[in-house]
Formats: sequence, C-alpha cells, structure tokens
Amino acid sequence: MMYHAIVFLPALGALIAGCLGPAIGARASELVTTTLLGVAAALSWVAFWQVGFGAPVMRIPVLRWVTSGELEVAWALRIDTLTAVMLVVVNTVSFLVHVYSIGYMHEDPGRPRFFAYLSMFTFAMLALVTSDNFLQLFFGWEGVGLASYLLIGFWYLKPEANAAAIKAFIVNRVGDFGFALGIFGTFAVFGAIGFDAVFRAAPAMAGKPMMFVGQQWDTLTVICLLLFMGAMGKSAQFLLHTWLPDAMEGPTPVSALIHAATMVTAGVFMVARLSPMFELAPLALQVVTLVGAVTAFFAASVGLVQNDIKRVVAYSTCSQLGYMFVACGVGAYAAGIFHLFTHAAFKALLFLGAGSVITAMHHEQDMRKMGGLAAKLKVTWIVMLIGTLSLTGAGIPHVIGLAGFHSKDAIMEAAYAAHTPNNYAYWLLLIVAFMTAFYAWRLMFLTFHGPTRADHATWEHAHESPWVMLVPLLVLAFGAVVAGFAFQNLFIGHDEAEFWRQSLAQGQDNHILEALHEVPGWVTWSPTLAMLAGLAVAYLYYIAVPALPAATATAFRPLYLFLLNKWYFDELYDWLLVRPTLRLGRILWKQGDGAIIDGLGPDGIASRVLWTTGRVVRLQTGYVYHYAFAMLIGVALLVTWFMFYGGVGP
Amino acid sequence: MSVGLGHFLTVAAVLFTLGIFGIFLNRKNVIVILMSIELMLLAVNINLVAFSAFIGDLVGQLFALFVLTVAAGEAAIGLAIVVVYFRNRGSIAVEDINLMKG
Repeated sequence: MMYHAIVFLPALGALIAGCLGPAIGARASELVTTTLLGVAAALSWVAFWQVGFGAPVMRIPVLRWVTSGELEVAWALRIDTLTAVMLVVVNTVSFLVHVYSIGYMHEDPGRPRFFAYLSMFTFAMLALVTSDNFLQLFFGWEGVGLASYLLIGFWYLKPEANAAAIKAFIVNRVGDFGFALGIFGTFAVFGAIGFDAVFRAAPAMAGKPMMFVGQQWDTLTVICLLLFMGAMGKSAQFLLHTWLPDAMEGPTPVSALIHAATMVTAGVFMVARLSPMFELAPLALQVVTLVGAVTAFFAASVGLVQNDIKRVVAYSTCSQLGYMFVACGVGAYAAGIFHLFTHAAFKALLFLGAGSVITAMHHEQDMRKMGGLAAKLKVTWIVMLIGTLSLTGAGIPHVIGLAGFHSKDAIMEAAYAAHTPNNYAYWLLLIVAFMTAFYAWRLMFLTFHGPTRADHATWEHAHESPWVMLVPLLVLAFGAVVAGFAFQNLFIGHDEAEFWRQSLAQGQDNHILEALHEVPGWVTWSPTLAMLAGLAVAYLYYIAVPALPAATATAFRPLYLFLLNKWYFDELYDWLLVRPTLRLGRILWKQGDGAIIDGLGPDGIASRVLWTTGRVVRLQTGYVYHYAFAMLIGVALLVTWFMFYGGVGP
Repeated sequence: MSVGLGHFLTVAAVLFTLGIFGIFLNRKNVIVILMSIELMLLAVNINLVAFSAFIGDLVGQLFALFVLTVAAGEAAIGLAIVVVYFRNRGSIAVEDINLMKG
C-alpha cells in the first residue's frame, strides 16, 4: 500500500492540477501537488530504510496490463534496493523542485499546468524506476520523454522553446528506436519481457549467435547495445547529446529536476537495472565505457568556454553522466548509482542556485553580464559554493569530503582498476576532473566574484530570492555535503553486498568493487590534485589576471571557436541530416505530391474543365450579329440536309 | 429580251444576300441592322409577288401585303427599342451591345 501511494500520489496530483487547475486556482494546484509529493517523498525515505536494511525484495502486482498471445504483461512494482534509491532521489528532488517552483514561477499565469506537468513527470519517472518488465520500463521511458517535451516547451510563445522541445523529442526518438528494437529483440529471444524471467534465462543465452541485419552476432551484445542506444538518447551521451543544452530553454526548476537530477539519469538506471544482461555482454560494456568517457571529455571541454550560466551547468550534467556510464561500463554499477545519487543533490542544487541568480538578474543568463553578486546574494552564493565544491569533488583522500568527492573518486579508482586499453578511461576522466574544476570555478568567479559587469539598474534591483526558494536550496546543500560520507559504506563500501543484494548483478570475474579500494595511492590522490589545479587555473584566469581569458582565446582562436561552437555538432547534424531531410521533404512535397498527384489528379481535371469552358464561353460574344450568323448558318445547313436527304429530294 | 421570272428571282436573291451581309458586316449601329432586315423582307416580298404573277394565284400577292404590314410594325417596335436603348446606355453602336456575352 505504501508503494502504491509513492507511485500514484504524484499521478493524482497531476490529474487534480491538470483537470481541475482552472477551477481550483493556481494556489490550490500548487498546494495539492506539492503536498502529495511531500507525502510521497517522506514515504520514499521510509521505503529506502526498510529495503536498504533488510526488508525482502518485493514484487507488488497492480493490475493485469496486456495479454496478447504469448505476451503477458502485468503492471507490478518491483521494489529492491536499486528502486528504493531511485525513489528517494526522484521524490525528494521532485518535492524540493515543487516547493522551489512556487517561488520561481509565482508570476506565471500557467502555474496549474506547470505543476500538473511536474507531477506527471514524477509519476512517469516513478513508473520507470519501479518497473518490473520492459514494457513498463518503456512506458515510463516515454512518459518522462513526453513530460520533458511539454516542460521544455512550457513557454510555448517563445519560438526557441518550441524548437528546443521538438529537438529534444526527435533526438530521443533516435535513441528510442534502438531501445524499442532492443525490447523486441529481448522478446524474440527470450519469449518474455519480465525482468525476472529474462535475467533467469540470460546466462543460458550468453555467447549464442543470432541473426541481425543479415549478419551473425552475439545475441546479448546486440540486445544490450540496442538498449544502450536508448540510454544514449535519454542520458544525452555523445552523438545524441545535442538536445540537452537546448533543453535549457525550459524553466529552470525543470532543468534541475528533469535535465539534471532524474530523467537524464534514466539511462544509467536502465544499465544498472539490466546489469544481469550487460554483465554477460563484455563488448557492450566496453562500448558503454568508451561512450561514457568520450562524453565526459567532450561535454567538459565545451563547458570550459560557454557563457550562458545554465548551459555551463547543462554541459556539466552531460559530462557527469559520462562518469556514471564509465562506472557502469567497467562493472562498478554501485559506483555509478552512487554518483547518480550524489549528483542529483549537487546538480539540482547548482541548477536551482543558477535559477536564483537568474531571477535576481531579471532573467539575464549571460555570465559576462554578472559578477560580484556574492555581496548581494549571500545565501545563494553559499549554497552555490557548496554545490561547486561538491561537483568538483573537494575532500581529503582517505578521510572525508563532500558528496561528489566520494562518488567521483570511486569512479576514478574503478576506471583505473578496470585496466581499459592504455588506461584511457582513467586518463580521460582525470583530464575531465581538471576541466570540471576549471569551468565550475569559472562559473563561480564570473557570477559571484570580481567587479560587477551588470548594468546599473539590474545591479540595483538584484535581490535575494524569497525563502520558499532558498529552503530547497539549503536542503539540497545539506545533501550535497553529507550524501557522500553518510552513504559511502552502504553504496560502495563494506556493507555494499548487504545493501544491494540481488538488485545489481556482479559477474563471477567482476571484482571491481574490491579492486577499486586497492589502487595505488597516487590514483586516489590524482583527482584531488586535478581539482586543485583546475581551481588554481580558474583563479588565475578570472581573478588574478582578468585579461588572460581574452588573450588565450585570441591565441588559440580556432580551438576556442571549436569549443564555443560545441565541436560544430549542431552544424554538422544540420548539414548531414536536417537539410537533406528538408530537401527530400520539399522534393516529395513539390514534385511528388504537388506536381504529380495533384497535377494529374484533382488539379489536372479541374484545370481541363476550366480550359474547355473557357473556350465555350468565348463562343458567346454577346454581339447580336454573331448569333444571327449562327442561326442563318444553321438554317442553311438544315435546308441543305433536307435537300439531299430529306423527303423533298428527287 | 423579255423580263422573266428568273430575273425577278435574281434581283430578290441579290437583295436578300445584301441584307444578310448588311447584318454581318455592319459594325456601326443597330439602325443599319433594322434596315437590312427590312431589305431581306422586301426580297422575300419580290419572290412572293413574282411567283404569284407567274402562277396566276393572287394569294401570294395577298401574303406580300401581310408581310409589309408586319414589317411596318416590326420597324416601329425595333426603332422604339433602339430609342429606349440609347436613352439607357448612351450608345447604339453594335460594338457596345454585348450584354448577352457569356
């Protein structure tokens, strides 16, 4: 019953705010959805405690859903540790974002709609994380995609918001194409789509070949790679990442909830949930590692030079998701989920903090027009500082640190212990750690320190946000500080096996979680040193010698432009995909439909009729003598006919 | 050379043809059309009278008289129409009269 409540209370809130919103008013909609989410969040923590400390894994049936031939799908809630962790993350962040939105959106006329969407998103995400079979997973997967689309395009009068929403939807379709194929493949191979049944049958299928696009492939590798394609789209991994930065057109609380803490981590969750399958497909895991590492590097490099405060955080999210995938790819699912957990806290914090800054600056998002705000926005500054420290992984190795420190270092160590070719994963992530520190501190320095670059009126009116926005920030800041050392033992430490039990699979040869504690000392220290180096360089660039950034940009202009334009991915896709598609569409429209079908069909017949009648009309000149002439000719012809063929003839 | 039936018929045919061409080739005004119609009626009359004299039956000449009467009436009505038309539209040039155009 408690689990039913956790999942369906947000749905109830969404229905009330969505259907009755105009009737009960904005304030009531806010209160209803936020209260229901609060209850769900509180229950989630209870569930986390129960499941994390010994309650058996549960499978709670809700209803019979689909029965068609061999396919039998029941809607059931699968409650194990992994689900419990996700429940806590989703419901807590969602509740805080609801509260924050009451303040952030207080001037917006569409509040009932906004809160309905937020709650609907939460419900879809909960359906995703509690799923017991692939179909339910897919339902949640598409549900969060829909909610993301609706919320990115929430300000639908802005053309950019609509474009961004459509882009997010379409790019996700590419990933979902693979995801759907993966589910079809699972059903084709195993004849079932329930997780239990598939996981039980999976070891027997390991190494067996299957036919796919006319070639022999390893069954599980194909299925896992197809499923991972969906994860790449949802989690904005390299090649399918282009939608995430554009999604920042949505309201900032949405960015915090969907595009930082929860939805984009669905891919990581999916890989962890399907770990029994991925463990049997080493090649697929290598691809996961590679994609994760490349994404982390790519996104961090772009984040170095962006000027929009939200875009920096967005690329940071993309980069951190890469970390999580590296962890999953090397088999350290627990470390990946741990980073997901801590990341949700500090990244939501950074986003909501950025939202607070943006409100204060009257919706100015360009960091070049900020600066010196620490004096005006004390609380925001402190929480952003905590978020930045947590993101960059500040802490003392072997002793204690902020949330990001524990999870990130675990991933770095796992990457090192995994012995990828040339240790590329470890070295890439180390560079990324340096770049992360640089762009995170750059954001802090540009926004909060130094002389202000805002114009006078904006600066005078800059004010701290109301408490309804600051309290969620403080709660998240608390999480960003303690989530690391409080849960380290449970997630990746000594109690790890007790905690996760069957929810995360470990292959027989997979000892990564033990190995990561035994890496050389310098590996443990390296991320901290990279972080300090990034901080030092950022300080040098933006506080000590403010002329240095411009000089560097001029000196390395091609590289700077390359990064500023996000590796030219948008242009490349535009040239490679968008334009040819538009051209093809135009050809089919103009030539195929317009010229051939319409031209020969309706339009052709109509124009023939018009042409003929036009000729006929011209016969009627209106001149009496023409008519008289016609009559006489007629009479003459008639008489002639009678003379030759009529009865008068000889 | 005595004047026979053929001569009368020839004159009538010439007159009739003149009448027809008067209608078609006329580009000026409606009165000429009325005159042409009159011409055609007279050609018919000549035919009637000529045949009547040739056969020796007076019915033809009687019929010619009826035709004259009708022609007079037709001319009166036609001219009246022309006058009214001119009053309404300010012109009786044939070129301008094309209200029956499709």
